Amino acid sequence: MSVVTVQGGQEVVGVARIEGPILVVEGAANVSYDEVVEIRDSRGHVRRGRVLEVGEGFAVIQSFAGSTGLSIDGTRVRFLGNTLHIPVAEEMLGRIFDGLGNPIDGGPEPLTDRYMDVNGQPINPTARIYPRDYIQTGISTIDGVNTLLRGQKLPLFSGAGMPHDQLAAQIVRQATLGKVAGAPQTEGEEFAIVFAAMGVKNDVADYFRRSFTESGALTRVAMFLNLADDPPVERIVTPRAALTLAEYLAYELEKHVLVVLTDMTNYGEALRQISNVRGEVPSRKGYPGYLYSDLASIYERTGRIRTSKGSITQIPILTMPNDDITHPMPDLTGYITEGQIVLGRELHFAGIYPPVAVLPSLSRLMKDGIGKNRTRDDHPRWGAQLYAAYAKTQDVRALASVIGEEELTEVDQKYLKFGRAFEREFVNQSFTENRTIERTLEIGWKLLSMLPKQELTRVTLDEIAQYYKGDDAAN
Amino acid sequence: MSDQVGTITWISGPVVRARGSRHVGMLELVEVGTERLVGEVIGLRGDQITVQVYEETSGMKTGAPIYGTGLPLSVELGPGLIQSIYDGVQRPLPLIEEAMGPFIKRGARFNAISREKKWRFTPKVRAGDEVKGGAILGIAMETETFEHRVMLNPDDSGTITWVASAGDYTVEDAIAKVKMGKEEKTITMLQRWPVRRPRPFVRRRGVNVPLITGQRILDTFFPVAKGGAAGIPGPFGSGKTVTQHSIAKWADAEVIVYIGCGERGNEMTEVLQEFPHLVDPRTGRPLMERTVLIANTSNMPVAAREASIYTGITIAEYYRDMGYHVALMADSTSRWAEALREVSGRLEEMPAEEGYPAYLAGRLAEFYERAGFVDNLNGTQGSVSIVGAVSPPGGDFSEPVTQHTKRYIRCFWALDKSLASARHFPAINWLDSYSEYIEDVAAWWREKTGKDWLTMRNRAMELLSEEARLSQIVKLVGPDALPYTERMVLETTRLIREGILQQNATETVDAYSSVEKQIRMLELVLYFHERGMAIIKRGAPINLIHDLPVVDTIIRAKSTITNEEMTRFDDIQKQIDQQMGQLDAEYRS
Ligand SMILES: Nc1ncnc2c1ncn2[C@@H]1O[C@H](COP(=O)(O)OP(=O)(O)OP(=O)(O)O)[C@@H](O)[C@H]1O
Ligand SMILES: [Mg+2]
Repeated sequence: MSVVTVQGGQEVVGVARIEGPILVVEGAANVSYDEVVEIRDSRGHVRRGRVLEVGEGFAVIQSFAGSTGLSIDGTRVRFLGNTLHIPVAEEMLGRIFDGLGNPIDGGPEPLTDRYMDVNGQPINPTARIYPRDYIQTGISTIDGVNTLLRGQKLPLFSGAGMPHDQLAAQIVRQATLGKVAGAPQTEGEEFAIVFAAMGVKNDVADYFRRSFTESGALTRVAMFLNLADDPPVERIVTPRAALTLAEYLAYELEKHVLVVLTDMTNYGEALRQISNVRGEVPSRKGYPGYLYSDLASIYERTGRIRTSKGSITQIPILTMPNDDITHPMPDLTGYITEGQIVLGRELHFAGIYPPVAVLPSLSRLMKDGIGKNRTRDDHPRWGAQLYAAYAKTQDVRALASVIGEEELTEVDQKYLKFGRAFEREFVNQSFTENRTIERTLEIGWKLLSMLPKQELTRVTLDEIAQYYKGDDAAN
Repeated sequence: MSDQVGTITWISGPVVRARGSRHVGMLELVEVGTERLVGEVIGLRGDQITVQVYEETSGMKTGAPIYGTGLPLSVELGPGLIQSIYDGVQRPLPLIEEAMGPFIKRGARFNAISREKKWRFTPKVRAGDEVKGGAILGIAMETETFEHRVMLNPDDSGTITWVASAGDYTVEDAIAKVKMGKEEKTITMLQRWPVRRPRPFVRRRGVNVPLITGQRILDTFFPVAKGGAAGIPGPFGSGKTVTQHSIAKWADAEVIVYIGCGERGNEMTEVLQEFPHLVDPRTGRPLMERTVLIANTSNMPVAAREASIYTGITIAEYYRDMGYHVALMADSTSRWAEALREVSGRLEEMPAEEGYPAYLAGRLAEFYERAGFVDNLNGTQGSVSIVGAVSPPGGDFSEPVTQHTKRYIRCFWALDKSLASARHFPAINWLDSYSEYIEDVAAWWREKTGKDWLTMRNRAMELLSEEARLSQIVKLVGPDALPYTERMVLETTRLIREGILQQNATETVDAYSSVEKQIRMLELVLYFHERGMAIIKRGAPINLIHDLPVVDTIIRAKSTITNEEMTRFDDIQKQIDQQMGQLDAEYRS
């Protein structure tokens, strides 16, 4: 091995060890932790990587493009002296990049002299603005009972074969600044969209591209694509590159940015792979002990800050292995994000779209973005009531399956009817149906009116008087 | 003031190794690299020094220097702590924002306590007085109403030779001089204390006063005592943070220390933006005027997250020493344990369960042991109560952090995913939770309310466990198969669940229930039960009870009757009497 100093950093010829995407380089001095390297194979092909660990006279490097074709003697590693930066510019909207931020749409490199560190920096909690403005997505299960706010991180927990892509595309297409129920529909401010694909199939990326094209959004979308056949390790960088651009757009250009990250489960696998190759002590299911902190360094790059009018709203998509919500990826994601929208297999089989399983879904910020002067005064209690009634329906269904529907009390039979109608009329809507908030509230009240008044203890008596339309409305 | 003590040889995330002096101390504070990032020595072997660094180490190089300070990691204590928000190693976040903008960059150095601000000081000692460690030398007004008791450092004692006259002083101005042996020491309002060393006291007292939180399921059913420790475990989204925020808002403590340990930035922002506008029901002052915030969010450096718990508890003990009741919230202790695990992993220590180091249990014990109701060195009494959130992976309580925590706490508030998804909040499962303080605080309740809380509370719990048993049967055969007396139990437990246990933290009236309101509600529901049962036993069908209008009134009382309108509960009792009286008359004959 030999070390030469060339323009743009020192270069080491030959590596000591190669194991999966990990290279150990000896003989380099002055290497800094987390520095970017260029790895050149014997045929002159260049890939990039970064320093994971430095010791006296050695550095452990993670190649973003794996190690296929690298040899012990024929590999040259050049240390570039800085952490990974990508160019950022407004003109990146409308463009397509690879997972590391290089253009792959045949267009030129973005013209800019702004480069930003892909790792970003933590937002000071004192500098944040607490999110309060809701986004109308036109989807009842979101706007009504799991409201999304600007600056929130709200993942979709899904499973293989379920329509999470359609739902994400519908959200992106319909999202507009929310307004008070009954207020005239104004021209919604448009979101800039940053889309990052990690290890998804080409047709998924294609699906989104088509969907953005059809809705005329393509010029406001920047896509970062690491597809299933791209190097898995590159996935570690992809969401960070995407969020770096999002931060520039939101906090410097004051845009409202919607970030879609799909599929975070593939991201987690890449992280696990590196950790395993390095022989780190695993925590659960082979994932590294720092998975929580690592995911937080992605998801926390969401929100609003006091120095900008812009915002970053994140919609990460995760497919849960075996539909298991306790799997470390959805589990730790749920511990970091501000709620989750869970898709349910049974609803999907029943032909309901979007198959949002309402009970395990949650938007934690909802309470701060709805109600009087935001949506409508009754909204919070109306939502709690729908939840409580639908939860009760589940108990009744379980009972009915044991003793038979006919044996149920009259009230319980009403719950059964309510439950069915809730799924068919409230949860279910078409892929192109864009419901206003008042429409969503109206459907909810119509359903609640199927139940006896006495059952509605979450809403106020005044609200019952105003909105309840059931059989015993009169008494 | 700091000399180079070593040269960096190895860097991996927050852990750095250096070679150098053998005089560096364990747990000594060091400055690492050319940017002089703050770190703490966590391992020594020969000339090898292992340091955990409290800031991001990207870009750091081997060969760079580390500097010793000769001091352990400490916090600054003095007036000005209250209303502050710090990171895990007590750096003031507002000053960081002022200097660096909205993002936290490396190398920030600011005094935790302002050196310029003046405090109104009134002396409480005179020249010639003998003073021992912890002695109260004077009072500084930390807010308009909060008396900061300026104390002699616990390790000092001697004779006062001079005291400043009443007036406005900064924390660096001399406020007294004390002769200790041959030396005369100048005392200021500022002191430092190593975070990993518990502050001393004279003795622990029994804990028999409840920490009143205004949360019915806590105060009425699973009370924690002042000076006690409670754990609140639960899967994501089950209500740990909302419950802790509620306690921070309404608990009858004089000082609140809230540690956001590896959790969300927005949650800290919420506290920061909300607390100044909420009024403390006891003092009439903004809640922020009794609150100290430590925010080391999930994306901030992980080693500082480990330290945040100690920073917080040391500040809490300091106010306890003044004779105050302090409540400390840590959200979440699991993230702290993970920080421990991450650093341990980088050190390639032998892991015990699930990758956690073998000393996890010991560290948890040390932390919870710092709770207590004590006689202070200065003769006052104070307490630190700890409420620690636990975030078990997959919501599985058999994991190590939950299990070890259970060994050191006496109050367990078990959050339940299915309650949360049915939007039964707080989603604390009444069958899985427990409090070992119940007997201890019973006398307090009797004295305070004149009512037999213990018997009523136990009666309600009995009904709830009866309900659990009956629900099993209902699940198999439906409710109709139950005799009316058992269905009466279900009517009453519905009132307990929906009328008492459920409490909406976001509704103004419901968010906080006074002790009087709590016991009155319990009393009413049990009264309803007794009267109802008597009627049922006379043969009345259950649906007549179910359909009584007063049922709805009782369920709604929590949010329709404020803490100031206690007489309205008498009206409800009259309604029970009237409506049940009619039935009673009908079925008596
Ligand atoms: N007492 C309550 N009143 C009303 N809503 C509540 C209450 N407790 C919990 N919630 C609801 O549950 C949601 C989740 O609660 P919270 O954020 O406290 O969960 P958590 O246990 O801290 O989750 P995580 O571990 O992910 O931080 C809240 O956003 C709120 O909607
Ligand atoms: Mg929480």
